[in-house]
Amino acid sequence: MRAPERKVWSKLVFDKLVDAGVSLFSYVPDFGNTDIIKMADEHNETQTVLLTSEEEGIAICAGTDLVGQRSVVCMQSSGVGNCPNYLSLVKGGRFPMLMIVTMRGDYGEENHWQYPMGQAVAPILEAMGVLVIQVDREDELEHATEAAISAAYTGGQGVALVLSQKFLGAKAF
Amino acid sequence: MSEINRKDLLPNILPNPDDFLIVSGLAGASKDTAGLTNDGPNLFTMAGAMGSTVAMGLGVALAAPKHSVLAVAGDGELMMGIGSLATVASMMPANYTIICIDNGMHAETGGQLGHTSRRTSLGVMADGAGIPSVLEIDSPKQFMEAASFITDAPGPRFLWARVTTDPPTAYKRDFNLAVRRQIFRTQFLEDK
Repeated sequence: MRAPERKVWSKLVFDKLVDAGVSLFSYVPDFGNTDIIKMADEHNETQTVLLTSEEEGIAICAGTDLVGQRSVVCMQSSGVGNCPNYLSLVKGGRFPMLMIVTMRGDYGEENHWQYPMGQAVAPILEAMGVLVIQVDREDELEHATEAAISAAYTGGQGVALVLSQKFLGAKAF
Repeated sequence: MSEINRKDLLPNILPNPDDFLIVSGLAGASKDTAGLTNDGPNLFTMAGAMGSTVAMGLGVALAAPKHSVLAVAGDGELMMGIGSLATVASMMPANYTIICIDNGMHAETGGQLGHTSRRTSLGVMADGAGIPSVLEIDSPKQFMEAASFITDAPGPRFLWARVTTDPPTAYKRDFNLAVRRQIFRTQFLEDK
């Protein structure tokens, strides 16, 4: 199976987020979020925040919510491991929060280093009360994105839209 | 050695606390700040998620660019999220001030000495991160200077207030963060 074109699916996700009123995209760069961040940089009504470490994005989401704005945080799966304590804000404060996680260390991974954290992503998120919505196939993406947006901004949940390597394609070494 | 008792710090350098949206870090920093505002609706205090104060304040500052935003954090909190100083500097929010109340120790857990009692200079770290305005104070004689620094220096600003090891303001704030989120948000959106 050929991986879907990144620019195409990124545009779908980005447009849905902007339509939902997301105005700030914080991120630690990853191959998988490159186009979403580029689109957010170029769009008139969105801004991007380069993070030092992924957990800052969780706190930024909470800060933007305090003044009625919506933000998402984009990261590679390894960054989920940096987030748990800051996710106390989300579970304890019922801050709506949307993470976009591009996976490493799952389907087809060749790098030994990526497996431990890749396999811990869902358990960690679930332990901190973050809803996991995983995308494995291209035809799931649109509904999954809508579901993640609804869960966060209407349902008031912490939610992670997790794009698996089955969907993204695995990095070749 | 510092000559500032932390109980005197915020009331002197923030004569108009209602002018700010404030996020404060766990333990002493939040006790001092809640004492200053009487735990008002313009304040979100932390009692966990250590290290997150500067980033959370940045979120507020970026999303409410017409408001003056403050983060108040102790030295332990600040060191735990030290990378956020670079994140702030890259964004250059002119409406954002970070105040570090540095007593050089982890008072909440028994007074264990922190990095700033050893070799670490938070002023150099803030400057190195790229924060354009950095001021260090250690004497009550500098309160006036610090007050105008907060309102007038080009932002973002970092005020490094070195204080004595005297205890923070005795104030029992509301720890229910879900309730506090609602109060802050509702008040902000009503005022807007």
